[in-house]
Amino acid sequence: MPPDVTAAATIPATLPKAPTGIDGFDDITLGGLPAGRPSLVCGAAGCGKTLFAMTFLVNGATRYGEPGVFMSFEERAEDLAANVSSLGFDLDGLAADGRLAIDHVHVERSEIEESGEYDLEGLFVRLGFAVDSIGAKRVVLDTIETLFSGFTDPTLLRAELRRLFGWIKERGLTAVITGERGEGQLTRQGLEEYVSDCVVLLDNRVTDQITTRRLRVVKYRGSAHGTNEYPFLIDGDGISVLPVTSSGLNRPASSEVVSSGVPGLDAMLRSGGLFRGSSILLSGVAGTGKTTIASHFADAACRRGERCLFFVFEESAQEICRNAVSVGLDLLRWVAAGSLRFEAARPSLYGLEMHLARMHRDLDRFQPDVVVVDPISAFRGPDTEVHATLLRMMDLLKSRGITGLFTSLRNDGALQEGGDQGLSSLMDAWIKLQDVEANGERNRTLYLIKARGMSHSNQVREYRITDAGVELIEPYVGPEGVLTGTARLSQAAREEAVMTRRRQEVERRRRDLARKREALERQMQEMRAALDAEEDEANLLLTQEDAHEAVLADDRTAVASLRGAAE
Amino acid sequence: MTTDGASPYQLRLFVAGNTIRSRRAIENLRALCAEHLPGQVSLEVVDIYQQPALAERHQIVAAPTLVKVRPVPTRRVVGDLSQPERVLRALDLLPAPSARGRDA
Repeated sequence: MPPDVTAAATIPATLPKAPTGIDGFDDITLGGLPAGRPSLVCGAAGCGKTLFAMTFLVNGATRYGEPGVFMSFEERAEDLAANVSSLGFDLDGLAADGRLAIDHVHVERSEIEESGEYDLEGLFVRLGFAVDSIGAKRVVLDTIETLFSGFTDPTLLRAELRRLFGWIKERGLTAVITGERGEGQLTRQGLEEYVSDCVVLLDNRVTDQITTRRLRVVKYRGSAHGTNEYPFLIDGDGISVLPVTSSGLNRPASSEVVSSGVPGLDAMLRSGGLFRGSSILLSGVAGTGKTTIASHFADAACRRGERCLFFVFEESAQEICRNAVSVGLDLLRWVAAGSLRFEAARPSLYGLEMHLARMHRDLDRFQPDVVVVDPISAFRGPDTEVHATLLRMMDLLKSRGITGLFTSLRNDGALQEGGDQGLSSLMDAWIKLQDVEANGERNRTLYLIKARGMSHSNQVREYRITDAGVELIEPYVGPEGVLTGTARLSQAAREEAVMTRRRQEVERRRRDLARKREALERQMQEMRAALDAEEDEANLLLTQEDAHEAVLADDRTAVASLRGAAE
Repeated sequence: MTTDGASPYQLRLFVAGNTIRSRRAIENLRALCAEHLPGQVSLEVVDIYQQPALAERHQIVAAPTLVKVRPVPTRRVVGDLSQPERVLRALDLLPAPSARGRDA
């Protein structure tokens, strides 16, 4: 996991190591502290030296079957037990099992008079006795420099300490010796001169009233180790060191596509979604619905049966869930089902490193497929530091194939495209949310600035946040440009009216033609009828004429016969 | 030297083994007691090599260590007790300056 030491990891570990069981520390040191030798853990007051040492001891006893002796020069056994009980360390129980022995060495200058030669054989005897009584493999001396305030002869003490460390080595005990940070050297009494195998420096730095704990392996004889300063955490779960460094760029790339949770947005991407494991920046000013879209994203992941970790820095988890209900998303059920988890913290609660460290630990514990960070713009600090932190955050997600959605409240004062902490070039996809103010109203539009590895729509799309979620509206693209909101509606209405008029005109002409045709046809019918009538009349006349002719002929025949002029 | 619990002074001397330093400490202490507190001291010599558990119980760091158990307050002197004045001061036995002048 510690990327900057992976090359060294291939070197065969010839040096036997004793794992501390401290999250991350064993990664940095490629296995733990040097077994059978003393190591020095130094730092200023309140750095967590005692906790580090105690964790080393308790983990040894509980996880690695190595009983340990805690020789405390400062705190009494009862106080030690009380101090670490909140971390789930049951010192009394371990002591009763014979897996841990605590010896409080009380050295009080005012109670000790010196007269003549002496040595620290008492200490050796006590340590030896405690080690033998439980068969200890591990030893902690916390803080042995207290001896220098109890005895007046530093030369003798130095000689005795040298002998003590030699004795520890001889006995093959893995020891942690703590030392207070001194002026110009690692410890007040220069213990690093005697304990030269492994030196770990703990630091507690306050910048802008924000504390960051850091750990550095100053030296580790005979072993490769991570050389950076690593942030570490002390909280309810004990101490964890986080080997967060830039992880290089040799990670696998997935071509699997995941939905953004907003169907219209997916449709803007040729592949129908975003690449799994990519980093997506969602930037926009206040009120553009960044968190709402992020909620969609989280909801979509949970619907797919994935796990989502939601880091919030400006709202509480409850607020996000409540607000999501208003757009028809029930995030609480995912929380209840354990597939969605919120981690809320004020940005000012820790330093950047600590936030990163905390995220690192949360990622390890929750193993999410999808992560939302809302918003990254909440991180304040020197630009370079913020940038480095975010870069590592992204690397962290990418190295694990986690799809990350980062929201950013873009500062409207700095409109340059390269804004957003210069993160744009690191992001695989960048969705920009905008407010468009026109005609006395505000409308929301979004567009894709980039989406690496997939063709995407270049259309600025209007979207609405409705009861049913974020909805992209079909864009109005016409001769008057892209219109949004009521402008889009009124333009649409205008066009509709024009269309209607044209339709009506056509209809009217069609009707006119029909009418004309009808009139002409009626006329033709009338004429035909008149013709028919005339024909009938003519026929009647002809018939009458024929009848008349016949009668006349008959009459003529009759007359002729009457005259007797028959032939 | 008595081990009588009723002795006004109860001292315990922790030594580490039978070394020259240990022996010197014992001798120095005995001489001191004989001179300044004859018959008033109950002394117990503990070899922490033999009884390591006592080293822890009595908060022994250096060897030799002389512990004045009684009278209270408990005081400690480390070293081979080669500087009697310091030992006496630790045992609250150093006489007042005028008395010291007389002793000298």
